[in-house]
Amino acid sequence: MSITQLPLLQQLVLVLAAIVLFTSFVLLAQARLVSAIHAFAWQGGLAAAVTGVVAVAGHSPHLYFSALLTLLLKALLIPWMLHRLVHRLELDRHVDLLRRPALVVMAAVALVIFSYWLVLPMVQQELTFTRNIVAISLAVVLIGLLMMVFRQQAVVQVLGFMSMENGLFLAAVSATGGMPLVVELGVAFDVLVAMVLFGVFFFQIRANIDTLDVDRLNRLTETGGEEP
Amino acid sequence: MSALLLTVLLPLAGALVLALLRSLPLAGWINVAVSALSFAASAWLAWSVAAAGEIAGLGFRVDAFNVYLVVLTAFVGLTTSIFSRPYMRHVCKTGLTSERGMRVYHAMYQAFMFTMLLALTTDNLGVLWVAVEGATLATVLLVSLYRTPEAVEAAWKYFILCGVGIALALFGTVLTYFAAQHALDDPAAGLTWSILYRHADGLEPAVMSLAFVFLLVGYGTKVGLVPMHQWLPDAHSEGPTPMSAVLSGLLLNVALYAVVRLKMLVDGSLAGTASPHVAGYLLMGFGMVSFLVAGLFLHRQRDIKRMFSYSSIEHMGLMTFAFGMGGPLATFGALLHMLVHSLTKSAIFVTVGHAAHIAGTQRIDHIRGLIRTQPVVGWSLLLGVAAIAGFPPFGVFTSEFLLLTATMQAQPWLTVALLSGLAVAFAGLFRHLHPMVYGPAPEGQQPVRANLLPVVVHLGLVLWLGLSIPPFLVAWLDRATQLITGAHLL
Repeated sequence: MSITQLPLLQQLVLVLAAIVLFTSFVLLAQARLVSAIHAFAWQGGLAAAVTGVVAVAGHSPHLYFSALLTLLLKALLIPWMLHRLVHRLELDRHVDLLRRPALVVMAAVALVIFSYWLVLPMVQQELTFTRNIVAISLAVVLIGLLMMVFRQQAVVQVLGFMSMENGLFLAAVSATGGMPLVVELGVAFDVLVAMVLFGVFFFQIRANIDTLDVDRLNRLTETGGEEP
Repeated sequence: MSALLLTVLLPLAGALVLALLRSLPLAGWINVAVSALSFAASAWLAWSVAAAGEIAGLGFRVDAFNVYLVVLTAFVGLTTSIFSRPYMRHVCKTGLTSERGMRVYHAMYQAFMFTMLLALTTDNLGVLWVAVEGATLATVLLVSLYRTPEAVEAAWKYFILCGVGIALALFGTVLTYFAAQHALDDPAAGLTWSILYRHADGLEPAVMSLAFVFLLVGYGTKVGLVPMHQWLPDAHSEGPTPMSAVLSGLLLNVALYAVVRLKMLVDGSLAGTASPHVAGYLLMGFGMVSFLVAGLFLHRQRDIKRMFSYSSIEHMGLMTFAFGMGGPLATFGALLHMLVHSLTKSAIFVTVGHAAHIAGTQRIDHIRGLIRTQPVVGWSLLLGVAAIAGFPPFGVFTSEFLLLTATMQAQPWLTVALLSGLAVAFAGLFRHLHPMVYGPAPEGQQPVRANLLPVVVHLGLVLWLGLSIPPFLVAWLDRATQLITGAHLL
């Protein structure tokens, strides 16, 4: 079944999911911290929009609640917290250039293709829609992972972590019609607590190594470091 | 049911009380009291499970497999809290942490117990995930409690690696839920483990094997499987010692428990396909690699807590290998090994805490002459290491012997790897241990006030398990074996 034969609402979900994937690329290559946070907020907003459309298409009212929760948490609260942290850490104008951007972006493209390849055996049946959406979610998760590997700035790593969560959320909502409410609330709570802890850690790291460049966290090695 | 709720909710209540409490000496005692109460509740729970066979309801399910881990978790939680009360007061006096840090410590200790008990008792794979992630969040501040650059680095590594790992596990959980949508009459129950298990043969095999890869990497990160183990030695060596005891003794078990439960599901799903044992082979591979690599790394360590954390990786690898091999004998051995390893390892970390206080450092080459300075600490360390290295008559010998026998039956060639791994690990432990225990004591080394009650109790239990395993425990583990493999050992 080709994509054009899908119901319009499902097509809309696919378009929105594609834009979520696009924001992942934006996040990956974004040099300015504040812009990266904005991109992340957009990604959260889009994930919430996907949830809303799935709720309309699938007539599942409990998804309206998840959409609202995502919007509040991922598009407003966490970006706001990050913004405030960045302001308090005086990183407003911080620019963190990606080393070898072309290579990293190519790697991200490879990950997208890999995700599509990985989900191929999953869906021999009817599921054009599901295959696309699971592949896109997996790609968002993997690009988040890539971002955490290649970026050295702690705040950007946290953005990568959170965008992985976005990918997971996208998969849960669009492929399966949302997790049970208990689980969803639990996950949201965990993400929120994690964000607060990240904030605490920014200050602890800064107090210890005077920067948020986590490449400088290199005291612990396999043989126990240098002589004291 | 009330026993179950008490077991799970007591630590949560304890965490809330301890978070609000200002008095420091009182907090230590309350921590002990809450742990004692939840241990009593878990014993009650075990008793009622033994009577009823299984307790289920409100999204919880406790059977022979998890109830013994619940009791073990509550027990080690209790003994470690007894050890940590004077130990952490001493730490606070030396200025390593503030009074506020102590409050965080006590509250998070109970929060950690709560998340682990929740993970063990829940019937819902989603809640299991939430609880395991919660355990990371509860411990991450404790790892950085001393605020040294090393501690902050270890905590950040722990946070990021386990956070990413556990995120992959969530993707696996989502895929499982996705597979359940097509297999179950009521898709909303798609995360309830017991229902999924009953319909495992209907779950799409391709989806489930993909899901298992994510779940294994995710929860395997927490188990400390090589190559996802990087966080473990750092977190263990830089965090407070009571934390190392509960991380090694309990958290790793809980993560392995999650892996085994999910393996049961995937095995059921793949039973009819061309490759029914993929999950088992994956576990065997990861387990064996972890076992061998960690054994070799034992030789290179300079930090005593780091060394024993590698020993934990080694033993978790062994258990993972055994669970992967499957079969009643290997599974029984692995279950017993989980028990004796937790008891022994937490005892060792308690002793190591005292040894490090005596020497004033955690560096192996600066810890000398423990038997001369304070014989009881020296002997405890010696006996603990003898126990963990698998000497008879300790219980670890029994379980390792069972595992070797099972390997000889199922995969004879791997016995060679297993035996040489055990020999390498044994050599690694003893070459470091010998000078620490027997060497000449440095000038002016003073004994410390040691609280070795937990060590004596734990090692006594391990010794008892080595000499004669009580019949009720055998029956108990046998029932767990039957739940996991579908066959009785006895």
